[in-house]
Amino acid sequence: MSAVIDLATLWAFIIAFAVFVYVVMDGFDLGLGILFPLFPAKADRDVIMNSVAPVWDGNETWLVLGGGGMMAAFPLAYSVLMPALYTPIIAMLIGLIFRGVAFEFRWRTQGERNHWDLAFAGGSWLAALAQGIALGAILQGVHVEGRHYAGGWWDWLTSFSILTGVSLAIGYALLGATWLVLKTEGVLRDKAYHLCWYLLFAMLAAIATVSIATPFLHIQYAQRWFTWPNVILTAPVPIAVAIITALLLRALANRQDSQPFTLTLSLFALSYAGLGISMYPYIVPQSITIWQAASPENSQLFMLVGVTILIPLILGYTAWAYWVFRGKVRGGYH
Amino acid sequence: MSWANSWGLNAVDLARAQFAFTMSFHIVFPAFSIGLASYLAVLEARWLLTKREVFLNLFNYWLKIFSVAFGMGVVSGIVMSYQFGTNWSVFADKTGPVIGPLMAYEVLTAFFLEAGFLGVMLFGLERVGPRLHFFATLMVAIGTLISAFWILSANSWMQTPAGYAVNADGQFVAADWLKVIFNPSFPYRLVHMVLAAYLTTALVVGAVGAFHLLRGQHLAGPRVMSSMAMWMATLVAPIQILAGDQHGLNTLEHQPVKIMAMEGHYQSHPDGAPLILFGLPDQREGKVKYALEIPRMGSLILKHSPDAPMAGLDTVPRENWPPVPVTFWSFRIMVGMGLLMFGLGLFSLWCRWRGTLFQSRLLHLFAIAMGPAGFIAVLAGWITTETGRQPFTVYGLLRTAEAASPLAAPAVGSSLIAFVIVYFAVFAAGVIYLLRLMAQPPHPGEAGPPSSIPARAAGITPAVEGIAP
Repeated sequence: MSAVIDLATLWAFIIAFAVFVYVVMDGFDLGLGILFPLFPAKADRDVIMNSVAPVWDGNETWLVLGGGGMMAAFPLAYSVLMPALYTPIIAMLIGLIFRGVAFEFRWRTQGERNHWDLAFAGGSWLAALAQGIALGAILQGVHVEGRHYAGGWWDWLTSFSILTGVSLAIGYALLGATWLVLKTEGVLRDKAYHLCWYLLFAMLAAIATVSIATPFLHIQYAQRWFTWPNVILTAPVPIAVAIITALLLRALANRQDSQPFTLTLSLFALSYAGLGISMYPYIVPQSITIWQAASPENSQLFMLVGVTILIPLILGYTAWAYWVFRGKVRGGYH
Repeated sequence: MSWANSWGLNAVDLARAQFAFTMSFHIVFPAFSIGLASYLAVLEARWLLTKREVFLNLFNYWLKIFSVAFGMGVVSGIVMSYQFGTNWSVFADKTGPVIGPLMAYEVLTAFFLEAGFLGVMLFGLERVGPRLHFFATLMVAIGTLISAFWILSANSWMQTPAGYAVNADGQFVAADWLKVIFNPSFPYRLVHMVLAAYLTTALVVGAVGAFHLLRGQHLAGPRVMSSMAMWMATLVAPIQILAGDQHGLNTLEHQPVKIMAMEGHYQSHPDGAPLILFGLPDQREGKVKYALEIPRMGSLILKHSPDAPMAGLDTVPRENWPPVPVTFWSFRIMVGMGLLMFGLGLFSLWCRWRGTLFQSRLLHLFAIAMGPAGFIAVLAGWITTETGRQPFTVYGLLRTAEAASPLAAPAVGSSLIAFVIVYFAVFAAGVIYLLRLMAQPPHPGEAGPPSSIPARAAGITPAVEGIAP
């Protein structure tokens, strides 16, 4: 029995890892779409697009791994959460369609380029908000009966889920701005630095608001964070956020191009760890634990073999692709 | 929002319509990009071996088309991977332990491989040099084939489930992974689909080549692509007909009811079944009206004996009947397209022998008309096999009506309308851009996809010179 428990926990970490990689990698390219309206010049937009054109598809694949992996490793959770998050998921998919095709389509037309720029920005906004709303809807819990979702199709819509939706969009925008600091130069980089200041304070406000609101959702969240001895585990999280913030402020002030992006990734990692602390061991909060949702041992083992061999390989060639296209991006020709 | 109910549509019907709609749009792009990725690998290999510029030009020409089609395949594919949960949550819960891992392996072994090397393939020739670039192209091409392997394994398991057990929660679980993956219909479906993808791409390439030859442009590019495409039609179309025949015999063995629907065999024929060429299947009366048939030919094809008895749908309870009219007609459309492809291959061979491959107007017009034939055949074939599996999602084990999410009809209806609007707007634009690219002939010194050009890192010299035109 203990072997089964270990396997389910391991898989919870694998899925969480896939979702985290998705959030930070697609996060910065969705962030670029969110910031797109602030860069109306065609030359700037070309550079912004070029900075992610070679890698966006790989970034998005982690979302498919998160979804597909969840169906395989935790089918019960997948089958409960997807209908519960019906509208945000559909909205996210539609946002990703508009945004994804815009990468190619905007180069294929003169007259309609503005349409596809709008599709890129609008699709990114829609996907980011929908993902944040889905996160909030999961945290606040869903109505489960037996092995099925038993709520309505608007249950996800609360002030809390709207808060998490906006928060995630702000976070993605900061990732996008710090990515531009890393990958561009000149006036475009100056503008990105400028945006980073505003977005950083907005993101800190968002982290604070969500952190304060979450314990009020369920007494279990409050107990998890504020009771002894849990505090030993949970207290370092806000302390680390404060340290990273100080480093990030210094990097922005000193204009060290390579640092803001990685420091923002660290902020995301800490927020994500905070979510994990709140949710564990539930995969559908307060209803279904990872052990209840887990696939049979032989399904999880069968995939574990592949994951163990393939994830390092994937990370390797993905890193290579980023390495090939390293350095500052300059204006495209067209 | 009671409009959906007032039309008599329930959530399951709407979920099926949504799956059929989104899947039909999606399958078109992978069917094209599986073949095109391999074609690009062949073009680049020939360029590396011969150093002839025409192959590099053709590579860059088709690479731009590939990048647009691939992008549409990716975004429409993400929709598919989430739809199992949104609209078919009972199916996801029950089959997740068996087909979930197959799809997870598809992501791990195929999607990442394609996506990881796609950037280098599209934009990286100058940065990594021709050898490494060819390696990237090869990885993308292999990725598309691995993807076909896993997803067709999952689909085939739903058609011919094997190697499974059922646990206390009513979930299918794997008893033997090799039997799950290599279930009885999988090898046949894989061969049939990969050949279909190759033919589909060849017909598009052939049509584009013919279009430019017809406009009197004696460019090297259209000649090379026409010739390569017509060889594919000549060689692969007959192989595909053989593969399809074998697939049909496999279906007869494992899903006889589907064959009854494809053939329009409502009645049993103890002394040899006819081959119904055309007719109007009437599901309510249980017979094919106005049937034009060849006596005993059905038994001859399917059992290789004119007198072999064949059971009909009258031996199957009515609640297990697939919708015959759709299955019957989509099958005929697929076969018809296959025979036309075979005809094109033969005709081109005759022109080639006579030395008029690049001059025959008739051949060019035929090839242009056949440009979309692969897509039509692929769609018709998928409709045949998926409709013929009904009323089950997992053949004989899980009914479609019992596999859907516990959602109200307005929820599913609204998302269906949203997808219809978005797909028609987005993919129509994409197809127009593709046609626009194809309407241009390949030029000497053809440039690759335009968006690239991240600046070179300081101190790194491009590994090769003279690659870029």
